[in-house]
Amino acid sequence: MARTLAEKVWEDHVVRRAEGEPDLLFIDLHLLHEVTSPQAFDGLRMNGRPVRRLDLTIATEDHNTPTLDIDKPIADPVSRTQLETLRKNCAEFGVRLHPLGDVEQGVVHVVGPQLGLTQPGMTVVCGDSHTSTHGAFGALAFGIGTSQVEHVLATQTLPLAPFKTMAITVDGELPGGVTAKDLILAIIARIGTGGGQGYVIEYRGSAIEKLSMEARMTICNMSIEAGARAGMIAPDRTTFDYLQGRPHAPQGEDWDAAVAYWKTLRTDEDAVFDHEVVIDAASLSPFVTWGTNPGQGAPLSASVPDPAGFEDPSDRLAAEKALEYMALEPGTPLREVKVDTVFVGSCTNGRIEDLRSAASVVKGRRIADGVRMLVVPGSVRVALQAVEEGLDKVFKEAGAEWRHAGCSMCLGMNPDQLAPGERSASTSNRNFEGRQGKGGRTHLVSPQVAAATAVTGRLSSPADLPGAAVLEA
Amino acid sequence: MEAFTTHTGRAVPLRRSNADTDQIIPAHWLKKVTRNGFEDGLFEAWRKDPEFVLNRPERQGATVLVAGPDFGTGSSREHAVWALQNYGFKAVISSRFADIFRGNSLKNGLLTVILPQETVEELWQLTEADPTIEITVDLQAREVRAEGITAPFELDDNARWRLLNGLDDISLTLQNEADIAAYEAERPSYKPQTLQV
Repeated sequence: MARTLAEKVWEDHVVRRAEGEPDLLFIDLHLLHEVTSPQAFDGLRMNGRPVRRLDLTIATEDHNTPTLDIDKPIADPVSRTQLETLRKNCAEFGVRLHPLGDVEQGVVHVVGPQLGLTQPGMTVVCGDSHTSTHGAFGALAFGIGTSQVEHVLATQTLPLAPFKTMAITVDGELPGGVTAKDLILAIIARIGTGGGQGYVIEYRGSAIEKLSMEARMTICNMSIEAGARAGMIAPDRTTFDYLQGRPHAPQGEDWDAAVAYWKTLRTDEDAVFDHEVVIDAASLSPFVTWGTNPGQGAPLSASVPDPAGFEDPSDRLAAEKALEYMALEPGTPLREVKVDTVFVGSCTNGRIEDLRSAASVVKGRRIADGVRMLVVPGSVRVALQAVEEGLDKVFKEAGAEWRHAGCSMCLGMNPDQLAPGERSASTSNRNFEGRQGKGGRTHLVSPQVAAATAVTGRLSSPADLPGAAVLEA
Repeated sequence: MEAFTTHTGRAVPLRRSNADTDQIIPAHWLKKVTRNGFEDGLFEAWRKDPEFVLNRPERQGATVLVAGPDFGTGSSREHAVWALQNYGFKAVISSRFADIFRGNSLKNGLLTVILPQETVEELWQLTEADPTIEITVDLQAREVRAEGITAPFELDDNARWRLLNGLDDISLTLQNEADIAAYEAERPSYKPQTLQV
C-alpha cells in the first residue's frame, strides 16, 4: 500500500502493535535539557530504574543559561539550582551533558543537528515542543511532557496515538527578501493555531526543495505553532550534503547503507494525505504577527486588522483581546508600529544563516536611537562560526549586543526579558502574552525583518531601508 | 497516577480561546524541580486582575475548568497540568486541546474532556448564571452532566482504562521488555549513538 513519509518512519519504529492499544514506538534519539527533566529523573530514582539507552540520550543547558558573564556564578539561585540539578542527574545516571561553557553547548534543537545526531528516518523526542525542528531531516520528531521523558529514559519507547497526515505543498519561487520564516508565519496564519492538530505535516513542493537545511529547520520548528504533532520534509541531496562529515554522521559502509535507506524516505506517488494545503510561493511577502498567538499574522504591507471583520465570534474576541494587550489600533499600517527591542536568535532563527542574513542588513548601518538589539547565537558552535566570519563585529558596529548562546529572550527564563509595555520584533516562535517578559509585546518576524526593524525603529523589511536597492543589487 | 472515575464539582467558566501554556504557567515558574507548588503560578498574569474569573469569591473551590477552544497550545511543559492540579482542578472541558497538553493531562489523571463548542457555550451560560451549579464528569459513562445538559464525550478505550485504574505507563511498557529487546537487536548499525566520538 502506498504510504506517506511519516507513515514509513512510524512503521519502521513499531516495537509492539496490539489490538486496542496504542502502537509502542522505539525512540532513536532523546534530547534533554534542564527544564523538563528534573522530575523525570526523580521518577527513575523513586522506582530504582536506570536510563535504558545512555547511547541514545544527550543533554545540554539552554533555557536558563545567561547570555552575559557566563564565567560567573548564575545570579538567579532558582535557575542555578535547576542547572545544577541537571548536572547532578546526568552525572548520577551517566548521561552525556554539554553544560554552559562547553563548546557543544547551545539550544538543544541547534545542537542535535549540528552534531549530526539528527538524521533522516529517525524518531527524535525531547521535553520541548520545538522538537518538531528535527523533522527537517525527514525524522519523525516531536515534543513530549515530563512523564514521557521519564518513560523514554526508562524504556526508550513511547506508546503513541495514531496521527493523521497533511501535505502542505509550496510550489514556485519565493520572491526576493521572503524567507522560510515568512513562509511558515503565512502558513500558520492560513491554517490557524489549531489547524495542524492531530496531523503530521509534510512540507513539499519545489519551493521547499530549494530551501537549505537551516531554512527547512525554521519551517519544521514552527509546525507546533499550527498545533501539529510534527512537521517533516523528505530528505534529499541537500540533507545528505549537510550531514556528511558531521561528528555523528555515519561513515564508510555505514554511510552508504544509511543513504540507501534515506533515499527510500519519500512519500509514495499514489499515497493519499488526509488533508492537503497548497500555497503559491510567489504570492508571499515579508510576514509579521500583530496579535498574541502565532496565527495572528499579516503581510508587513498590511494594516492591523479590525476585529469586527472576523466572522468567527471566538476569533473576534481573541483579536479584540490581542489588540488590547498589544496596544494596537485597527487600521494602523504595520510599518508604523514602533519597537524598543529586537531579538535575533532562538531554535527558530538562531543558526548561522540567520545571523548572516541579519548581519547583511545592518552592515554599514546603525540601529535606531532607543532601540536595543540582542543577537544570541543558537549554540557556541554558531557563535564561533559567526566570529570567524566577522559577524559579531558587524552587529557590534551597528550598535547591537552580541551575546552568548542560549534560548534567551525567546522565553525569558534567563535575565533577557522585555520590561512591561516594551515591544519587540523577535525572530523567535511565540508571541504569547508575557512570553518575553511580563507585559511585553512581541511581533514575530524573520531575521531580515528584525534587522531592518532595528535600523528604522519600526517594523520594516530590508527593502524599506535607504540605499536598499544598491545594497541588494 | 491518581485514578479518575467520576467527579462532581463547581465550574470556572473561562471565556478565552488559545489559553496557551505561557498563560497557564509562565516560564519563570518552570525553574522549580518538583511536581508541586505551582498553584500560585496558575494563570498568574490574568489573576493580577481582581475581576478575573478565578479571583471571584463564588469560584473558590471550583474544580472543573470550562475553557475556550485551543486550550493548552504552545509549550510541552507538563507544569501546566501540575499547576491546574495543584490549584485543585480535576477536569478541564474545551472544544479543542493542544495535543501535547492533552497527552500530559491524561498521564497525570487530569481529565481533559472534548465537547462541541455549543455545549461549552451552554455550560458557560449555565455556570455564569448560577455559580453554585455543579458539573459531573463521568469517565465510566463517558458523559458530562449538569442541570439540563447531558453530553457524551469520546475517549479511547485504552486511555480510559488507564485513567480508571490509575495505571503507570512505564510499568505497562516494561511488561513488553522482550519486544523492546527484539527491536533493539535488529536496529541497523548506521543509526547514530550519542556517546562521545
